[in-house]
Amino acid sequence: MGLRRRGRVAPGGTAARRRGGWALVALVCAGLLIPLTILAVAPSPPRAEAGSSSPDMDERVRDVASELRCVVCQNLSVADSPSDLAKEMRNLIRELLQQGKTPEEIKAYFVSRYGEFVLLEPPKRGFNLLVWGLPFAALLVGACGVYLAAKRWTQRGHQAAPPLDPAYAERVRRELKEREGSSGS
Amino acid sequence: MSWKKALIPLACVPLIVLLAYGFRTDPKAIPSPLVEKAAPGFRIAVYDGDSLSLEGLKGKPVVLNFWASWCYPACYEEAPLLEATWRKYQNQGLMMVGVDIQDKEVDGREFIARFNFTFPNGPDPGSKISIDYGVYGVPETFFIDRQGRIAYKQVGALSPDVIEEQARAILEEK
Amino acid sequence: MIATLGGFTLFLALGVTLYAAAASVLGARQGREDWLASSRNAVLAHFCLVTLAIFLLEYALITSDFSLRYVVNNSTRESLTRYKIAGLWGSLEGSILLWEWLQSLMAVLVIARYSDRGPSGCRQLMPYVQAVLQGISVFFLLLMTFAVNPFARIFPIPPDGRGLNPLLEVTDMLIHPLLLYSGYVGFSVPYAFAMAALITGRPTEEWLRITRRWTVVAWLFLTGGIFYGGWWSYRTLGWGGYWAWDPVENASFMPWLTGTAFIHSVMIQERKRMLRVWNLVLVTVTFSLVIFGTFLTRSGILGSVHAFAEGPVGVMFLAFLALVLLFSFGLVAYRSDQLKGHGELDSIVSRESAFLLNNLVLVGICFTVFLGTIFPLLSEAVRGNKISVGMPYFNKVSVPLGMALLLLMGIGPLIAWGRASLNNLQRNFLKPILGAAAGTAVLYVLGMRHVEALAAFALCFFVIGTIIFEFVVATRTRAGTMGETFLTAFGTLLLKSRRRYGGLIVHLGVVIAIIGIAVSSVYKVEREQTLRPGESLTVGRYTVRFDGMEAGERPTHILVWANLTASQDGKPLGELTPGQRFYPNQQSPFASVDARYHWSEDLYVILSSFERDGSSATIKVIINPMISWIWIGGVVILLGVIVAVLPERRLALLTSRAKAQAA
Repeated sequence: MGLRRRGRVAPGGTAARRRGGWALVALVCAGLLIPLTILAVAPSPPRAEAGSSSPDMDERVRDVASELRCVVCQNLSVADSPSDLAKEMRNLIRELLQQGKTPEEIKAYFVSRYGEFVLLEPPKRGFNLLVWGLPFAALLVGACGVYLAAKRWTQRGHQAAPPLDPAYAERVRRELKEREGSSGS
Repeated sequence: MSWKKALIPLACVPLIVLLAYGFRTDPKAIPSPLVEKAAPGFRIAVYDGDSLSLEGLKGKPVVLNFWASWCYPACYEEAPLLEATWRKYQNQGLMMVGVDIQDKEVDGREFIARFNFTFPNGPDPGSKISIDYGVYGVPETFFIDRQGRIAYKQVGALSPDVIEEQARAILEEK
Repeated sequence: MIATLGGFTLFLALGVTLYAAAASVLGARQGREDWLASSRNAVLAHFCLVTLAIFLLEYALITSDFSLRYVVNNSTRESLTRYKIAGLWGSLEGSILLWEWLQSLMAVLVIARYSDRGPSGCRQLMPYVQAVLQGISVFFLLLMTFAVNPFARIFPIPPDGRGLNPLLEVTDMLIHPLLLYSGYVGFSVPYAFAMAALITGRPTEEWLRITRRWTVVAWLFLTGGIFYGGWWSYRTLGWGGYWAWDPVENASFMPWLTGTAFIHSVMIQERKRMLRVWNLVLVTVTFSLVIFGTFLTRSGILGSVHAFAEGPVGVMFLAFLALVLLFSFGLVAYRSDQLKGHGELDSIVSRESAFLLNNLVLVGICFTVFLGTIFPLLSEAVRGNKISVGMPYFNKVSVPLGMALLLLMGIGPLIAWGRASLNNLQRNFLKPILGAAAGTAVLYVLGMRHVEALAAFALCFFVIGTIIFEFVVATRTRAGTMGETFLTAFGTLLLKSRRRYGGLIVHLGVVIAIIGIAVSSVYKVEREQTLRPGESLTVGRYTVRFDGMEAGERPTHILVWANLTASQDGKPLGELTPGQRFYPNQQSPFASVDARYHWSEDLYVILSSFERDGSSATIKVIINPMISWIWIGGVVILLGVIVAVLPERRLALLTSRAKAQAA
């Protein structure tokens, strides 16, 4: 198929240019990092609030509530929903947590009253393993397929090129050398 | 075209069939896991009365109805039915209890007065009873038999036929 | 009168469309140029008729002609004019009419853009392209004529309408559906070309080349629609989020995923003549997913915020979907022998492989989202019980795939076509990798410990590094060899290799959006508290003081709001007034969100509940760090696409004229 472009043309040759390149990259990285680090540091440490009744409890309630479906909304979790019933559910979750129940027990309670529908992600058992496992299985199968296809196409590519006549190859090399010599750069 | 190739378009058919099945289902309906199981206990503070608990009603068939004054028009449509059924069967031992959920006392009492409810009604502070019964909307009605099991759950307003049939069923079954 | 006229217009349009499709196909088969010309005229007439129907319905809406049921359901006498106009697509019938109008418009644009230009191969395809486009229109016109007529009458004529859903009476309603529908309908054109190529049995690369810009523009509208929808959702719905993996949101996301995969894999087909079958399948799947999406919205089989379904519409959509799938895949199977590529790869380590992996990951995400969306239905069919698949599931499975996609976004543009040598890899990737490692280390040292966030940032730094590296190196080379200044070189580079650099800018936009998504979800803070007047709630550096409740009448509703004063680190920020809107026809109030939006973080406040006497209010405060970066990323994507699709010839003409004048 003739000569193919391989990668990029080397940018200049002098050492000064290369050092300049590093400096530029360093500058750009710094420019990106400074605002990002300010933002990373500045917001209060996540989840630990001062002056609240029980900040840790708030978070625990929210963790459990975010796994339960608000049954009077469309597709919102009990944690996110602004509805009254969701608020009462959050209060109930808080009470149950204060009584010492574990998140699993609380979720099981809601399931016993509303059915599995109230869980926002299907429990990993039985038929539901399909929805958890199929995506990864499909990806794996796909990845194998891509690999095999790529391999087949690569072999085809290597086979397609006929063996080069050595005399011809020598002549090509000589002519290339002559060209490089005459053009000068 | 060989049959192997025909498989490609035919592979879409199961998906179409599944989606067609979807027409028979109602995405908003949540089937209750409590039917045929023991009814959760409750205690309510009846308006203008004492507190009432499910245990205290053991051995009696109970019609437990969840309503609210803001539930328009469904609760307004079924309210007369409830009162009528109560008056008809109370002498035969049927018990009817109304739970007013997420409502203001003032509005609840107004609702009761408007429909002349003579069966006990009370509020559900914190919606504990509602959640315990897996209530997700109003109105909902539970028909509890003498053994304390939930025989039937009605989501939405009751019709005369249904309330008659279900009330009779829990009354007559021994 | 309008009702009769409107109904008749649509009926006539149906006839004209059928004629256009038939004349196209027959004209092509018999080689009759006059029939082809006639069919093109019919396409134009079709467009005019549907435009007339739109005018009629808009006229009825603006003049509040309540003899039409649609006008009653989607407007009131009091509505502002622009919302009366937007009422056209407020519910089912009108949205179908809008879709059909866009479809007929696309057909006319296709004639205008492609008919006389291009090689003969293009001209051979055109009749079949039109036939397919008209065929799609036939379906939508059938829907309106026999199932959901926008011009249906109502009797007796009510004195006032019921009005649009209050959630829709906002400026966003004027923009979001139009963006989304344009994207959806836009994808029918590459689909039509693909089908035409299959029908004529000439599956070459020509149709890809001529539809390339079109596909990218359709993609842009779809992307814009999705971003805009998220932005609207965030500002209006009042739960502090922008994407809930609602089935209808997923339905817009899935064709976007396969559409993106398609845009990338066509580049391989153009260069190597490979992946023909795959690309045909991809574009068919994209279009099918568009139809699937509208099916979901209008059939009511899955509950959703967006669903507005009734009647036989669902069945008809399903039938159409079945037709599309069977027809397209049947054609592919039929022509599969002629489609076999003779492509070769030089090496597994190459850009071609990166693109193959890109397709794998994108289609993988699409498959996952699809599975999650229909799984409740599948579970109910097989086991009879109802389960739900919601946010936690989708987040869990899409995050790792998203990271893989990020990695590919960094590698793809810089790895060589053909064979990537070790030299090439080292030169192009060493610095960005080092930069990424350094950046991540800095974040770690400064306190970021969340593993997923660190990983996401590492990858984002890597991608940004590769993009900047590419721009800087290329600009410097050009400036060096051409003797131009840095800025001129940069500009010329953008204009000359539009596709490449536009694409890089789009990638940059995606990375910015991903940074926004990652940070705002990991570091989101929320607090809810009941306050009495004078009391304050402190979240992080912000303090919000509740001053009191107020209420007021608005033209269409009653607004109740809380007066809040916000301050940051003690410095006053201003007033916030979150509230609730009470509409006469609605049982529960709608949230009225107030927030201080800032590029670094948003202070988002909701009024959860209140005592009627104003003695207390429950306020929820959410801090969303860097969430604005998502919208900024969307804008950068838009800019990148504009750079990528600028028409070449006119610009080249201008620059050459400028050079000639300078000389």
